[in-house]
Amino acid sequence: MSTDQEITREIAIDVRNAVKRYGDFTALKQISLSIMDNEFFTLLGPSGCGKTTLLRMIAGFEDVTEGGIYLYGDEIENLPPHQRPVNTVFQNYALFPHMTILDNVGFGLEMRGSSKADARKRAGEMLELVQLSQFAARKPSQLSGGQQQRVALARALAPQPKVLLLDEPLSALDLKLRKAMQLELKHLQRETGITFIFVTHDQEEALTMSDRIAVMSAGELQQLGAPTDIYERPHNMFVADFIGETNLLEVSVDKIEAGRAICHLGGGHELTCNEVAGIGTGAQVHMSIRPERLFMSEQPAKGESLHGRVKENIFVGTDISTIVALDEGPDFIVRTSNSDRGNKRIFEPGTEMYINMELGAARLLVD
Amino acid sequence: MATAKTAKFDIKSYRGFKAMTLICLFVLYAPLVVVTIYSFNASNSITTWEGFSLHWYADVFIGPDSDKFKAAAFNSFVIAITAATLATSIATLAATAMVRGGKFRLRTVSFGLISLPLMVPEIVTAVATLIFFNAIGFDRGILTILLAHTAFCIPFAYLPISARMQGIEDSYEQAAMDLYANRRQAFTRILLPLMMPGIISGFILAFIVSLDDFIITNFVKGAGVETLPTAIFGSVKQGIKPNIMAISTMLLGVSVLMVTISYFVSKSDNTK
Amino acid sequence: MAAGAASGGSAVTDTYKESRTWLLMPAWLTLSILVLAPVTMMLVYSFLTKEFRGGVIWEFSLAAYDQFFFDRGLFGDEAPKVEWTYILIFWRSIWQAGAATILSLVIGFPTAYFIATRPEQSRPLWVFLITIPYWVNLLIRTVSMKFLLRDQGPFNDLLINIGLIDTPIHIINTNFAVQLGLFYSYLPFMVLPIYAAVERYNFTLSEAAADLYASKWVTLRRILLPAVKPGVIAGCILVFVPSMGSFLAPDLLGGAKNFMIGSLIEEQFKGNAGNWPFGAAASMILMTMVLIILLIYARQQARADKVEG
Repeated sequence: MSTDQEITREIAIDVRNAVKRYGDFTALKQISLSIMDNEFFTLLGPSGCGKTTLLRMIAGFEDVTEGGIYLYGDEIENLPPHQRPVNTVFQNYALFPHMTILDNVGFGLEMRGSSKADARKRAGEMLELVQLSQFAARKPSQLSGGQQQRVALARALAPQPKVLLLDEPLSALDLKLRKAMQLELKHLQRETGITFIFVTHDQEEALTMSDRIAVMSAGELQQLGAPTDIYERPHNMFVADFIGETNLLEVSVDKIEAGRAICHLGGGHELTCNEVAGIGTGAQVHMSIRPERLFMSEQPAKGESLHGRVKENIFVGTDISTIVALDEGPDFIVRTSNSDRGNKRIFEPGTEMYINMELGAARLLVD
Repeated sequence: MATAKTAKFDIKSYRGFKAMTLICLFVLYAPLVVVTIYSFNASNSITTWEGFSLHWYADVFIGPDSDKFKAAAFNSFVIAITAATLATSIATLAATAMVRGGKFRLRTVSFGLISLPLMVPEIVTAVATLIFFNAIGFDRGILTILLAHTAFCIPFAYLPISARMQGIEDSYEQAAMDLYANRRQAFTRILLPLMMPGIISGFILAFIVSLDDFIITNFVKGAGVETLPTAIFGSVKQGIKPNIMAISTMLLGVSVLMVTISYFVSKSDNTK
Repeated sequence: MAAGAASGGSAVTDTYKESRTWLLMPAWLTLSILVLAPVTMMLVYSFLTKEFRGGVIWEFSLAAYDQFFFDRGLFGDEAPKVEWTYILIFWRSIWQAGAATILSLVIGFPTAYFIATRPEQSRPLWVFLITIPYWVNLLIRTVSMKFLLRDQGPFNDLLINIGLIDTPIHIINTNFAVQLGLFYSYLPFMVLPIYAAVERYNFTLSEAAADLYASKWVTLRRILLPAVKPGVIAGCILVFVPSMGSFLAPDLLGGAKNFMIGSLIEEQFKGNAGNWPFGAAASMILMTMVLIILLIYARQQARADKVEG
């Protein structure tokens, strides 16, 4: 999406300098972020990073120690959960076990004052939307995990919330079902036009589904951006390491000229990459190179090349990972897609060769 | 139990433990079974068996002592139902505060207070209650029994109810509140129905405890007022008579029935 | 991150935080008025002067405690000697309760272990079988025991009929009968906590011990027992404490020779012959003993919890 569009769009949830403390422990350290209307926004991070805490603060299950939370401009952090027009899909679904599926989906509408008949009618429509009409009279325990998941979704969407919060809703499903649900969720978000805030620790899931991702660690926001930004231009070491597989190298910056930084890898190897603000000559920093951006050849190719020797090839299904030791330098992982094997060569262990990359594939990281 | 066939070495099984278990069950059940059998004895003596008869059951209902036993049974059941109802209501509210009220300073004190009747020896509770009613000039009678039973039954009702509530994730109530239910609605529409098996178990246990109580009742009952246990005790002091065995068998039947109901109710898990 | 872990104990159980005072009020009131106040009143009564026809005179006196511990002769003017009568009754109660506890442990431990190692579906049924008798009226159970074990009762009949003995074994009115009655009264209290502990026990530990050449019984003693010790201790306390103050078993099965605290206390409140302050004092002493045991237990539990982290 272009920047112009973002400016004209409304802010759905605005978190301003939110802090959460439990006694001496600070779970969230001054988080500020704006989630746009009609956006599929993901909070991504390892367990304990504070993402669920932030979600529960938006839902109203956790108090905000400091700072504020705004929903379309209205301050909401002091409202109890039942007065906030946001709904949650819980990690374990929390479907009411003693009620039928239809009553579960109609519950929110009934609580908002709809008559039982109206609530049921609307609940029926929601069940149609998630293709579970035939299960309306069943109890939650009689449904499979994937079906329960969809009921939870229908229940949370039925009262037409302004924002839908999803707390790792796919984590209990098996891999195939999870992939299918990822697409379904994405479609549902487009169709309903409701802002989704999605919490997950699965970076692949986040990259697949989101318009924008906030990567969190240790109660702090590490990077905020579109999936491609985050993957291709990780801002710091945590993000580079957490998202995808990467070669992380310790380098020293030899010199900087014309927007290029020439870095020393050890063992006499040098690499040129783009300058990054805040990193000057002489700095000892980390560098990230995605393994799929590397390729091997007998002679140095155009761009950046490094000489080394193949240590081991590992077959990983769609790809082959090759571990390469640079002469007196660090090890690299090079990833070659199996479909590319016509164009790109695989070398036997022990073979001397070059690894090559385009300028810009190597990226310097802050801290 | 088919271990002998399947595995030569089973780290979990020890020789003799099964036999001990069977001895244990035998010791527990033999007296009850014997009394039940002898309650159907046709003989006037409790020593010799003279064939099957319902004679002593008839004696309980129409015999010379029948009025005494009927009055005692009436008192017992009225007190048990009332005390169990009160104790269960009090315990349900208390459990909600204790399990869903967060951490608070009086929590430990409250728990101590609730379990006090279990920690103090029953005879001490009995003595203390008697002294209390005497000191405040409260005449002993059915009402004193009822009050004492209510207090004594609270922990018995509380334990299954709070255990049940701890087993119910609070995400159900959170989901309800997320879906615009206020606290009261979340309680009555979600938590209470889910807790029902625990509440029923609690009620039944409180009911049995009240129905069976002898020691406290004996102290606070006052002259002329009898419940079944005190009436039975009074008779037994003059020697075990067959009609006592018939009453005992019936009371035993009520207890076993109630406990069985409680067992199946608590097994029916409505959160699954 | 799991929702429970994320909320760190604040929101998880906070749902009815605001109303908790009102929710607890009925329990507080009922138990304070009907249990706490009476126990306090009992303490007061133990320091009052006895009224000869039951009840008390509101005059401070240490007579009750003095009578319990000291003998001052028939007219109360001799030099005080230690009065052994009541101390011996307490001692007998402790001894009887201890014997009943050991009996319960010897039979209860294997039973609890056996039940805990049954297939998971059948365990509740076994537990149920063990607990049913507990819910049958204690009085009826004790009377049944007495009936069964009488000299002319079915137990002796059976033994004589199969020719094992010629004359009935006297069981009723012996110490053993009381121990048997106490064991019978409180056995489920021994079985249940041990069962819970064994059920939680990770049997891989036993397998590891066996793998490292420990025999089965060594494994039981060195690995399993230390792991389930808290359950065993809890069971022992749960049997010992009510046994000490029990009234029915000693009264119906023990006879006059095997008097225990419960009967001593009961006598003080029966009819006109009683001595209320003395009964209150004896009750106080019993309760203090019980509370000390529970306190030691609670402190050890707290320490054990701390060690486990």
